[in-house]
Amino acid sequence: MSVRVLLPNAFQKHTNGAREIQSSAANLPQLIAEIEATFPALRSHLRDDSGQVRRFINFYVNEEDIRFLGNERYAFRDGDEVLVIPSIAGGSFTEVLASRCAPMSDGAKRVRPYCQDCSCCSYCGQEDCCCGG
Amino acid sequence: MAAAYELRCRECGKRCENAPLSICEECFSPLEVVCDLDAARPAFTREAIAAGPSSMWRYQALLPVPDDYVPATPAGWTPLLKAPRLARNIGARNLWIKNDAVCLPTLSFKDRVVSVALANAQAFGFDTVGCSSTGNLANAVAAQAARLGLKTYILVPADLEPAKILNTQVYGANLVRIDGNYDHVNRLCSQIAERYSWGFVNVNLRPYYAEGSKTVGFEIAEQLGWRLPDNVVVPMAGGSLITKIRKAFKELIALGLVEDKPVRFFGAQATGCSPITTAVKTGADHIEPQRPATIARSLAIGNPADGVYAARAIRESGGWAEDVSDVEIVSAIQELAETEGIFTETAGGVTTAVTARLYAHGRIHPDELTVTCITGNGLKTTDALTGAYEQQAAIRPRLGDFENFIAEQSEEDELVLGGSFVR
Repeated sequence: MSVRVLLPNAFQKHTNGAREIQSSAANLPQLIAEIEATFPALRSHLRDDSGQVRRFINFYVNEEDIRFLGNERYAFRDGDEVLVIPSIAGGSFTEVLASRCAPMSDGAKRVRPYCQDCSCCSYCGQEDCCCGG
Repeated sequence: MAAAYELRCRECGKRCENAPLSICEECFSPLEVVCDLDAARPAFTREAIAAGPSSMWRYQALLPVPDDYVPATPAGWTPLLKAPRLARNIGARNLWIKNDAVCLPTLSFKDRVVSVALANAQAFGFDTVGCSSTGNLANAVAAQAARLGLKTYILVPADLEPAKILNTQVYGANLVRIDGNYDHVNRLCSQIAERYSWGFVNVNLRPYYAEGSKTVGFEIAEQLGWRLPDNVVVPMAGGSLITKIRKAFKELIALGLVEDKPVRFFGAQATGCSPITTAVKTGADHIEPQRPATIARSLAIGNPADGVYAARAIRESGGWAEDVSDVEIVSAIQELAETEGIFTETAGGVTTAVTARLYAHGRIHPDELTVTCITGNGLKTTDALTGAYEQQAAIRPRLGDFENFIAEQSEEDELVLGGSFVR
């Protein structure tokens, strides 16, 4: 059995430019493991700090979101085409909460509060800013 | 930093230079624009804004466009109206309507985001632009691209309202109808944007595009006399608008243009497509995608791009989210038109019906200053009202016939009022 897996442009920096692979994975967990085995450099980008595959990476099977097909329980069929597409926006609350704001690229202090997703200072990244930024 | 704005990953915080890019190359998370508030400060004063154009471009200093950008289309600066008659009906005493049903040039708030997106499309050198759309965005891209002389490819679900299809084609856009729902269209656009060198306003230009929504928040604050409301009720499709209004308020506070105060954000969806309200109500830490089934097609996004951020903004603010049935949507369209003279599309029916429910359930106090955002025009979704009104038989041009007609009308009214049907 073989499925065709199309990878997004965003992955190519970590896949030596490869845009697609053929896989014999039986289901989504196997497919992800196979992608990581084929492109070891991708692993640290594909998973968050707790080792979970980032939730804003979406998988589609023959044009349908795999979550509508049973997600990890869906058994790939011979000839399936799997699309991997990062959400244009998205993510989960835990991922959002784990993030911290960073200073602007020139390192200058900025007025607070800036970040849209929390009240952290855009310079020091702290909720209760004490840097005067 | 060359420009006064740049891209930053919403998750890992990695920064990158301005480019037609919406995904972080490191963690594949969404990028957003951050503006340098200090750089904007001298040009972003109440006086400078008041002396600016009567359009959203009065806030240009906090929009991600090149300094020398000359806007081609005066979008935005729509009325903020007090709504006493609607308020009386739904138990409110301090209700306002931000009326983007009359946003120029295509009668929806999408004109704002497209203005910013196309400014960046030009800056990046694209000669072809496009979008995936539930209709209003299609209209806005088609019209503004025509004015800028850009080629357009617009992808829409095949079952879109006829008026929205016509209002796209008339501008000479290449309209591609897709046999699927918006989420199918959106996924296809992600693939197309990777294959073709086109500027897709809500794909590879999305970080810039989304900033245009801030102008709704800037205008609300300025039109209230540079103060923030207590509550804002916002329709949610992809979920971006509600987060950007919040961002606008934060920027105004940071720059000292308004007094800091808590503002509660309330989200509105149709029950037939309610992934964000479901997340808010259940306390879920993620968005479960849905298959949309509602007449509010402009809100019918089952896998909302900014859903997780919208839900978080609502929760953090102490607000809430509600969803309403298609029957309630139609009734609310009629109620808003009958009480305030505003004819909104189905999305506005959603917002109005949800606003009423929030008062009915005691989630909003009647005296609090509440702004409800109407984002689109009813002329685009007249099919939602099919069968709602009986066509009266024509009468002869004679005064006697008219008097008979009035007499019959009065009798009917008495019958209706005497029965159980009183709307």
